[in-house]
Amino acid sequence: MKTWRLGAVLMLISLLGWSAPGEITVAAASDLTFALTEIAHSFEQKTGNHVKLAFGSSGNFFAQIQNGATFDAFFSADVEYPRKLAAAGLAAAPTLWVYGTGRIVLWVPVGSPINLAKSGMKALLDPSVQKIAIANPAHAPYGRAAVAALKSFNLNDQVGDKLVLGENISQTAQFVASGNAQIGILALSLAVAPTLKDKGTYWEIPTDSYPLIEQAAVIPTAAADKTLARAFLDYVRTPEAQAILRQYGFQPPREKL
Amino acid sequence: MSWQALALSVKLAAVVSAVLCGIGLPIAYWIAYSRWRWKFLVEAVVALPLVLPPTVLGFYLLVAMGPRSPLGRLWLRGFGHTLSFTFAGLVVASLLYSLPFTVQPFAAAFRSVDQQLVQASATLGVSRLRTFARVIVPLSYAGIITGLVLSFAHTLGEFGVVLMVGGNIPGVTRTVSIDIYDQVQSLNYASANQTALLLLAVSFLTLSVVYSVNRKVWAL
Repeated sequence: MKTWRLGAVLMLISLLGWSAPGEITVAAASDLTFALTEIAHSFEQKTGNHVKLAFGSSGNFFAQIQNGATFDAFFSADVEYPRKLAAAGLAAAPTLWVYGTGRIVLWVPVGSPINLAKSGMKALLDPSVQKIAIANPAHAPYGRAAVAALKSFNLNDQVGDKLVLGENISQTAQFVASGNAQIGILALSLAVAPTLKDKGTYWEIPTDSYPLIEQAAVIPTAAADKTLARAFLDYVRTPEAQAILRQYGFQPPREKL
Repeated sequence: MSWQALALSVKLAAVVSAVLCGIGLPIAYWIAYSRWRWKFLVEAVVALPLVLPPTVLGFYLLVAMGPRSPLGRLWLRGFGHTLSFTFAGLVVASLLYSLPFTVQPFAAAFRSVDQQLVQASATLGVSRLRTFARVIVPLSYAGIITGLVLSFAHTLGEFGVVLMVGGNIPGVTRTVSIDIYDQVQSLNYASANQTALLLLAVSFLTLSVVYSVNRKVWAL
């Protein structure tokens, strides 16, 4: 009789502790398309929760969250956007998760006469280059990094009139992959992604030639399920998820904020 | 506010509606008067840009202009550069994109011309071309103005296709809609608002012209 009661109590406790699988909607910068999809998948398998992913431009998501969009988490390619959300009181504490830093590469499609390994940054001056695709430095972090790299190699004046600007880093990749631009400065995460891996070759631009492209995530105050969002963000910082990020060309965060 | 972007958009819209007037008149005439059984197929093709998202048109144009398509290769051989990321490229893209906005009002106007007048002209031995120029066109002026103004306005407000094949080069392919988008992305909401308001005013003015012409507020 006593054991029966104990069993009933234990069962009740476990029932109370058990919660139905949750679902969160995550807005993420397009450079995370492949890495975060994989991380979310493994998070789903581990916890049984569901993660819906929306990829796009960080600036767009920022504007949407400012105007009341109810994303549970926001992964920005530029740490500035989460910082601004936090400053405006639109981020739930603890505010910022820096999950990695991005890198930029020169990328040419298969069949290009340019040998990136040999020429490095000088490839941009190759006579076959008529257009150079970079992301828009006015609002895309990879575009800002690209311009910084051009400046530190003193190439800015020589290639200035050849630049075409993609709206985000994925569109920039589209310009080069379609052959309309002959070379591009892309995110390493895209160059190693399945869709581009076999379509061209890349050369890593030395990281000391451009400022850190810090990537940070934030939970907006309007998030519906902050607990689950927090669990997901914590998961992104686990060695397991960090390994996936590294595999897609993101370096682990260098500093804590 | 970027006057350069606005000037570029106005230039693009003017070039596009002028060219569309030239190619729109014969297409609309044919659509209005042809008795060909399969004419509806041509009508459907002309109307496609109304239905297709700009991403589809932009994507196909980007691929077609690229060096891997036969058309793109031909252009590259002739001019030494691809059509994408150039003003000419935007003109080509906008011609396709705004075609129905010219052709449909033209064709509707031609169809509504009293056929007895056309037949009378033919009976008097006047050629078809002269009948078109002296009878059909003057009687269709409201539809022709509507078609031109609409294609002008539509090109002025074009965004998706320009974004996909333009490459955002200041003074060459950065049109006013792209400029507004960039301002919003860069969080310059005040500046975006100024340009957007101006565009709103221009669009309202344009449409008012169309409707006033159609109501014959002013006798022309």
